[in-house]
Amino acid sequence: MTAISSTNTNLGTSTGAEPRGAKPKKAFSRRNIIIYGTLVVAAVYYILPLYVMIVTSLKGMPEIRLGNIFAPPVQITFEPWVKAWSQACTGLNCDGLSRGFWNSVIITVPSVIISIAVASLNGYMLANWRFKGADLFFTILIVGAFIPYQVMLYPMVIILRDLGVYGTLQGLIIVHTVFGMPILTLLFRNYFTALPEELFKAARVDGAGFWNIYFRIMLPISLPIFVVAMIIQITGIWNDFLFGVVFTKPDTYPMTVQLNNIVNSVQGVKEYNVNMAATLITGLVPLIVYFVSGKLFVRGIAAGAVKG
Amino acid sequence: MNTSVSVKDLTLKFGAITVLDKLNLDIGDGEFLVLLGSSGCGKSTLLNCIAGLLEPTDGQIFIKNKNVTWEEPKDRGIGMVFQSYALYPQMTVEKNLSFGLRIAGMAKDEIDRRVARAAEILQIGPLLQRKPAALSGGQRQRVAIGRALVRDVDVFLFDEPLSNLDAKLRSELRVEIKRLHQNLKNTMIYVTHDQIEALTLADRIAIMRGGVIQQLDDPMTIYNEPKNLYVAGFIGSPAMNFFKGEITTAEGRPAFVTNGVTFMLDGYKAKGLLQPGTKAVLGLRPEHITVDGPEAGNTHQAVVEIEEPMGADNLIWLKHAGQSMSVRIGGSRRYRPGTQLRLSYDMGVASLFDAESELRI
Ligand SMILES: Nc1ncnc2c1ncn2[C@@H]1O[C@H](COP(=O)(O)OP(=O)(O)OP(=O)(O)O)[C@@H](O)[C@H]1O
Ligand SMILES: [Mg+2]
Repeated sequence: MTAISSTNTNLGTSTGAEPRGAKPKKAFSRRNIIIYGTLVVAAVYYILPLYVMIVTSLKGMPEIRLGNIFAPPVQITFEPWVKAWSQACTGLNCDGLSRGFWNSVIITVPSVIISIAVASLNGYMLANWRFKGADLFFTILIVGAFIPYQVMLYPMVIILRDLGVYGTLQGLIIVHTVFGMPILTLLFRNYFTALPEELFKAARVDGAGFWNIYFRIMLPISLPIFVVAMIIQITGIWNDFLFGVVFTKPDTYPMTVQLNNIVNSVQGVKEYNVNMAATLITGLVPLIVYFVSGKLFVRGIAAGAVKG
Repeated sequence: MNTSVSVKDLTLKFGAITVLDKLNLDIGDGEFLVLLGSSGCGKSTLLNCIAGLLEPTDGQIFIKNKNVTWEEPKDRGIGMVFQSYALYPQMTVEKNLSFGLRIAGMAKDEIDRRVARAAEILQIGPLLQRKPAALSGGQRQRVAIGRALVRDVDVFLFDEPLSNLDAKLRSELRVEIKRLHQNLKNTMIYVTHDQIEALTLADRIAIMRGGVIQQLDDPMTIYNEPKNLYVAGFIGSPAMNFFKGEITTAEGRPAFVTNGVTFMLDGYKAKGLLQPGTKAVLGLRPEHITVDGPEAGNTHQAVVEIEEPMGADNLIWLKHAGQSMSVRIGGSRRYRPGTQLRLSYDMGVASLFDAESELRI
């Protein structure tokens, strides 16, 4: 009697005769195979070049000449990284990427801070302090966001020359700040507009003025959008090549331009390992920004998602 | 009566749209005034103008006999409570309450004293260190009221403070707001589109429609003697029954006839002359119609169509004089559909409107 009933139960669970609870899912269904297959292919496609770069940058030149680019290094050497940082030659000088790195830092930090500060204030004004002509201003800004940069290069050169900052780091900082303005303002304005209007009204009734509302109400609840703006600006400005080439001189070249000159210099043998190391070093900053801010970003969104 | 808030010829336009048109309103000291109206009639707009959050196109606003038309919200001596609570999400309850005081640079111990007092009145003491996200809807609204309370203002403005809450909480907080008003005796202006809230809370109700105040009276007058057809239809739930017809005379006395059915108007308190031949609308509230009462002059027969028992009350729908009408009777009296019953009316509480001007006759 007991035996029979227990086999019955076993049968019942193994065939799922009576559906109950979560529906069992097959691990190797056709759907899963397609999904994971596609994901793996895509991942390999993106990771393989990075792998090749890292591996090559850790090899000596003799090993590279063997020709097997996928093979891991037999003898790991950091020589290429050191050389890329401090000795690699452009057509003009031989002090590596370090000069370009510091130039890029000096360009990026103020550009990011100034452009975000100004753009967030613009967005705040457009969203909450509807001044006369706000709509016109906003339209012009949107149009500005869609004008191709190339069109504005020459006029910008003339303006910078007349201001006496052409070819200097300050000049490039001004350019980055100005060109980041339309899209950032749009970003901030839309974010602030989406915040409940009554929050702003409550703060006004509480006696907070323009700056108090901005710093004590708007800013603290808008951290996610500030992080987004920072990601956009840091990576955009760090990776910029066009403005760097146009608006600076060899002394003030940002890292990307320096990298280009190292990789494309035509003296002697092509040192692939040095080139790869130089490229990786240049890409390191945006990479770190993505990793660090990615975490911040997720936390920011989660905090903002809870309705207050 | 001392006026506390006075609105003079207030006009507000958004571009080509006129939301408020030459609106006049005087609110007495310590009065609880409710602005009632359907969605989009300009209640919030009026409140925002009084608060100084919207610039009027024309007109003036006085608070405590001082022209505040150009004053900043903070200088008007008002506190405001919003529908969506509008608590600052990054601040604790305590910081939310004290924000305005800190901005004003008030001394620390005075701030603490006021926050403690507000917390005691609203019973939110244990919540002071929490963030708004960790509060229930009712608690959030209490904090929002507290934020107005700490500012020690003369005038409280409420913009549909309870409409985000569920029915039970709403009736609880409604009582609390009434208690608050009785204790503080501040002037309160309260916007709602819930007529129960309006009738229970208000000293006077202003019924708005399309930016114009239709009637400004105490709740009982609004309920019993609506000035026009709109107010009559707006107040009361279930709504007043309307019959379109004509004033005549029957047996030498004024009467109202619709679809061949005659209602004697004995006892109706007419404001003007009941001119026979006038096209008119007769309004009878469902709760003012008697079913199977004593045989009197003014009785009709009708057949029950649908019955809606609601516990304390029983709502009966009938077909009468060619149209559908409802009657409210006690919950214990049941009438099955198809039952024949006798209706009688008390014309002393009926309403009669001119069909053309829609004004009370
Ligand atoms: N910024 C604006 N621009 C143009 N029209 C507006 C603006 N704000 C409000 N309105 C219009 O003014 C009218 C009155 O709006 P208001 O917010 O005062 O209505 P309300 O009576 O408070 O309605 P509700 O009960 O839905 O809150 C509406 O028709 C609305 O469309
Ligand atoms: Mg409103």
